[in-house]
Amino acid sequence: MIKKAIISEASETFCKKVIELSGEIVSRCDQCGTCTGSCPMVIEMDISPSQMMRLVLLGDESVLEMKTIWICASCFSCTARCPRGLDASKVAEALRQMKLRKAIHYLHLEEIDREELKKFPQMVLVAAYRKLTG
Amino acid sequence: MKRIPYYPGCSLQTKAKHFETTAMAVAEALDYEMITLPRWNCCGAVHSLTSDDLMHHIAPVTTLLRSKEFSEANQLDDSRLVVLCAMCLNVLKRTNKRVIELIDDRTKMNDFLYLESSKYDGSTQVIHFLELLKEIGWDVLSRKVTHPLSNLSVSPYYGCLLLRPKEVGIDDPEAPVIQENLLHSLQAKVVENPLKNRCCGSYHTLADKQVVVDLSYDILTNAQKAGAEIITTSCPLCAFNLDQRQEDIIKKYSGFKKIPVVYFTELMMIAFGLPLKNAGLDQHYVDPRPLFIEKEMYHEE
Amino acid sequence: MRNELEVKLIPIYILSRKHLVPEGSTIITAMEYAGFKLKKGIGCREGFCGACASLYRLETDFKLHGGLGCQTVVQPNMQIVQIPYTPSPKAIYDLETINPEEEVFTATYPELYRCLSCNTCAKICPQEILVMDYVQAGIKGDLALMADLSFDCIMCGLCAARCPAEITQFNAALLARRLFGKYVNKKGRFLEDRIKQIQDGKFEEGYRELMNLPKEAITKRYFDRELNFKIT
Repeated sequence: MIKKAIISEASETFCKKVIELSGEIVSRCDQCGTCTGSCPMVIEMDISPSQMMRLVLLGDESVLEMKTIWICASCFSCTARCPRGLDASKVAEALRQMKLRKAIHYLHLEEIDREELKKFPQMVLVAAYRKLTG
Repeated sequence: MKRIPYYPGCSLQTKAKHFETTAMAVAEALDYEMITLPRWNCCGAVHSLTSDDLMHHIAPVTTLLRSKEFSEANQLDDSRLVVLCAMCLNVLKRTNKRVIELIDDRTKMNDFLYLESSKYDGSTQVIHFLELLKEIGWDVLSRKVTHPLSNLSVSPYYGCLLLRPKEVGIDDPEAPVIQENLLHSLQAKVVENPLKNRCCGSYHTLADKQVVVDLSYDILTNAQKAGAEIITTSCPLCAFNLDQRQEDIIKKYSGFKKIPVVYFTELMMIAFGLPLKNAGLDQHYVDPRPLFIEKEMYHEE
Repeated sequence: MRNELEVKLIPIYILSRKHLVPEGSTIITAMEYAGFKLKKGIGCREGFCGACASLYRLETDFKLHGGLGCQTVVQPNMQIVQIPYTPSPKAIYDLETINPEEEVFTATYPELYRCLSCNTCAKICPQEILVMDYVQAGIKGDLALMADLSFDCIMCGLCAARCPAEITQFNAALLARRLFGKYVNKKGRFLEDRIKQIQDGKFEEGYRELMNLPKEAITKRYFDRELNFKIT
C-alpha cells in the first residue's frame, strides 16, 4: 500500500517533539534495517522499527497508533547494533510517553485476573506499570 | 569474611527467594558476606528512556543513596553494591551514569529528596554477582568444587539487561563468556546457544503472553538442539518466562519437551557440595531434581 | 468595668478569600471564627479522627503543606483549603477467608507496585509517618513492617490525594494492620483466661456481695479504693 506523505508544519512540530523527548537525532537514520533485523519482537509488530523511525522523521502522527511502540520490550538489541549509534528504543519510549502522559494507558489492570497476577514475580508488575501505564 | 552491601530488589526476597539464599551461601563459601541494605525500596525495574524524566529516576537514585550512606556508616571492606537481578543491575547502573553526567538533574533530584539525610554524589558503584565471582577468580572457584558437574550439559542464558547497552553490560553483548567461564570452573559441559542473549519477552508476560511463549520456545529449543540438558539464568523474570511459561509453550507447541531452568547459583551449590535443603530446587515449574538424581548430583533427604 | 481580652487579628485566606482571625487559632477555629459552619471536614478536634485534613501554603515558601485543621496553627497570609475526603478505592475481601500471604496486595491493591519511591506521601503526612516505607514493605510482602510503620495513620487521605502513582496508601495499610492483628501477631491469652475465670465463677461471690451492699457502704468503698494515680 502506497501512502502519500504530507509534510506540514504540524508534522515538523511532531518530529521535533519526538527528537527532543527521545534525545535521538532521528534524521541520522539511513534506513539500513539493522534494528529490524535484530529485533526479537518484530514478528508481533505491525510496522518494523525502521518504519517507525521513518514515520517519525516524516512527522506522521499515525505512528502513535501502531502496536509496534507497545510491543517493543526495551531489550536494546537495536541500540547495541545500530551502525549510526542511534537508539530506537528511546524513540519508542518517547512515542509511548506521548500517549501515557495524557493518561492514555496501554495496560488496563482491571482486565487482568487478580489470581493470575499473584503468580508473577513482583518485578513484572513494576516493569509493566512503568512501561505501559501513565 | 569480606563484607559487601547487597541490594535484593522486590522479587529476590519473595518469589525468587532461593536465588538469594543460594547466592548468599555461595558467597559465604567464598568468604564474602552479602549484607542486605537495612532500608531499601524498589529500584523501578526499568530505566526511563526519555530525556526529560526525573520522577522515574528517583527510585534508583534513592537506592544508590542508601547504599552510599550504609557503606559510609559501616566502614565496609567493599563499598560497591552487589545485585543479583539483571533488571536491578541495568536500571541502577544506567541511572547512576545519567546522574553522574547530568549535574543539573542530580541537583534537582537531591533538592527534591530533601527529607534524606545526605545528598547523592554519584559515588556508588554497582556490580553484578557474576562480576564479583570473576574478580574472585575462576581458579579460586575451581578449587572449591567438590562435586564436579562433568556429566551435565548446560546452556547459560543471559537475556538482554545483563549485556546491553554496552556501557552498562557486564560482558560483550554479542559474545559473552562470563557464565561459560563460571560453568567451566565447575567442570560442567557448556553448550553454545545462539539465542543466549536474545530477549525472552520480559514484562509482556503480563498482558501479551503469546510474545513470551514464542520467544521462549525459540530460546529453549535452540538450547536443546545444541545438546543442553539444563539452562542457567540470572534474572527472576527470565526464569519465570523460560521456566513457568513452559506450561503455555506445551499448549501451543505440542512436541515441545520440557527442560529445567535454574539460577546459576543453584548449580554452584551442587558443585561446592553445599547443603541443598534450602536451595529451592523444589521452587521451579520444571523440576530439575529428576535430572540431578539421574546425574547422581542430588539425593532426596 | 469590662474585662476585655486583647486579641490580635491576622489575615488568612480561606478558599482564596481573605478573613481576619485571632492569632493562635487553629485552621478549624479560624474557619469557625470567619463564619464557616463546618459539617464535613470536622471531627474529634483532638487530632485523632483524620476528618479535618487540610492543604495550605505559607507566605514564607512555595511549598504545599498538609496538616490537620484542628492541630495546625494559622500564620499570617496562610492560604487554606480543606480536603475532607479523597476518593479511594477499597478492595472487597473477607477477613475470615483472605490468605495473609506475601502476594496479598497483588490481589487487593496491585496499584501499590506503581510506587515511584518519590516520598511525596511522607512529605505531606500530618502524622509524620514513613508512608513510602510502608508501601515498599507492602511490595516486599512484609505485613508486620507495614502494620508497624502505619500504626499512627488516621486515614486523613492526604497521601492518596498527592500520590503521582495514584495509590491509596492508607487503605492498603489498613488491610495490612487487619491481617497482622488477625493472623500474624502473637495472641495474648489474657482475654481468654479472664473469660474462663468468669465462667468458672471466680468473681460470683464478690459480685453478689457488692450488689447486696447499701448505697452508703458502696459509696464509701468507691472512694476508699486503691489508686495508682493522683486525682487532681
